[in-house]
Amino acid sequence: MSKTKRIYMDHTAGKPVDPHVMEAMMLYMKSLYGNPSSVHSFGQEARQAIEEARTKIAELINAERKESIIFTSGATESNNMAIKGVTYRNKDRGTHIITSSIEHMSVLNPCKFLMTKGFKVTFLPVDQYGFVNLRSLEKELTSETILVSIMYANGEIGTIQPVKKISQIVHGKNAYLHVDAATANGQVPIDVDNEGIDLLTISSNDMYGPKGVGALYIRKGTRLKPSIHGGGQERGLRSGTENLPGIVGFGKAAEIAKKEMPTESGRLKTLRDKLIKGLLDNIPRSFLNGHPTKRLPNNAAVRYSFIEGESILLDLDLKGVAASSGSACTAKTLEPSHALRAIGLKHEEAHGSLLFTLGKQNTEGEVDYAIRIMPDIVKRLREMSPLTPKELKE
Amino acid sequence: MYSEKVMDHFRNPRNMGEIPEADGIGTVGNPVCGDMMTVYIKVKDNRIDDIKFKTFGCGAAIATSSMVTELAKGKTLEEAEKIGRSDVADSLGGLPKVKMHCSNLAADALHAAIEDYEKHKGTKR
Repeated sequence: MSKTKRIYMDHTAGKPVDPHVMEAMMLYMKSLYGNPSSVHSFGQEARQAIEEARTKIAELINAERKESIIFTSGATESNNMAIKGVTYRNKDRGTHIITSSIEHMSVLNPCKFLMTKGFKVTFLPVDQYGFVNLRSLEKELTSETILVSIMYANGEIGTIQPVKKISQIVHGKNAYLHVDAATANGQVPIDVDNEGIDLLTISSNDMYGPKGVGALYIRKGTRLKPSIHGGGQERGLRSGTENLPGIVGFGKAAEIAKKEMPTESGRLKTLRDKLIKGLLDNIPRSFLNGHPTKRLPNNAAVRYSFIEGESILLDLDLKGVAASSGSACTAKTLEPSHALRAIGLKHEEAHGSLLFTLGKQNTEGEVDYAIRIMPDIVKRLREMSPLTPKELKE
Repeated sequence: MYSEKVMDHFRNPRNMGEIPEADGIGTVGNPVCGDMMTVYIKVKDNRIDDIKFKTFGCGAAIATSSMVTELAKGKTLEEAEKIGRSDVADSLGGLPKVKMHCSNLAADALHAAIEDYEKHKGTKR
């Protein structure tokens, strides 16, 4: 079989860079390459470009002022900066942190690190859809709690958290709320003011900007320690010469995302629902991971009993479709994804999970193709599996 | 990630299926770990006359199962017992490091099938 047709449906792992973004970046590599801290016109042009990008990102998330945006190298750095920065700066007020059991590793691991430094961390349970248990949150919050970190949406199961409700609970106890919105940003409208978010992690590649750039929104008045010490860039919180072309691209990506989001999200939701239906309808013993409607517009996460995720991915790839899986065999750890385990899936159920994340260039025809090839793939692997019950073998 | 040979065996697994009246059956691994395989053998004149497998697992698990049946077919039981995990991996042109431990169980399943045969030899199954 030829592999001429290649369909990419793994946009949570990586996205192409929008051509308009690339064009905007080029200028700042070829001609306007000054250091934003320099006094001369080259430097001033660079400074202006960075501040314009900052404004566009502030507008995307409705930040009160552009100075609340700090540029970083991506979501992992933003999450580290928020969690370590806030807890170290506020440990005179308390040493308790609350997060959830389905956070990204770049939230979970800084929290685990802080446990070795005398902080106490509570990992909130989630329900079968991945929603954080709000009653547990209320119960666990004490006057010792300084920070709560909950993701906006989970990239593996797509579930979108009730952020506004969470922030009302958190602020009732005077703790800060950090929200990791990587994967969600650019897909769903985020309003830090209306939703009551004190710190927000966003990343550039999630909205078709370049990789290696991100930002942390820090509400005015939020106290945190610098993450990188040096020349005092980014209000002294994150030193280092600014990634000029990256930041310009990030700004352009934010501008495009704001403009295109209403129509593109609607289009993706239609494709997503068609894909989910198609992946489940014609195949017995298949299930949806996450919530049917409160999920990211591009996220179709399913699981098939009796077969293993990596072998499904290999078969899909042989037929030209690139997807992802929470299966152990695709990860370095050899443990099934912690998010899939947290929503109550048994190991063997988690192993059969499959994740399609759609993007701008995906068409309805591509979705139809993915739906069409799936039954044969599942059938082949089930025929091979010693776990498949007799009644499924016809 | 995988060699051409692994992908070939994954795409076109040899000797996949069950032997209804097998002389020996060996199952190793479990679904919780993500890899589980069963090897069926038919023995004639101390030789593996027929061999089949069923596997739940990743690409490496499927390819190693297929490969081990190819290596064992026609061999005497003594020869088959000597087929080790590394023989299977080598015959496939190598396996990724993380797969060597968990997904390279096919030789163990073959040995379990032979042991099962020895145990039941002479008795009617």
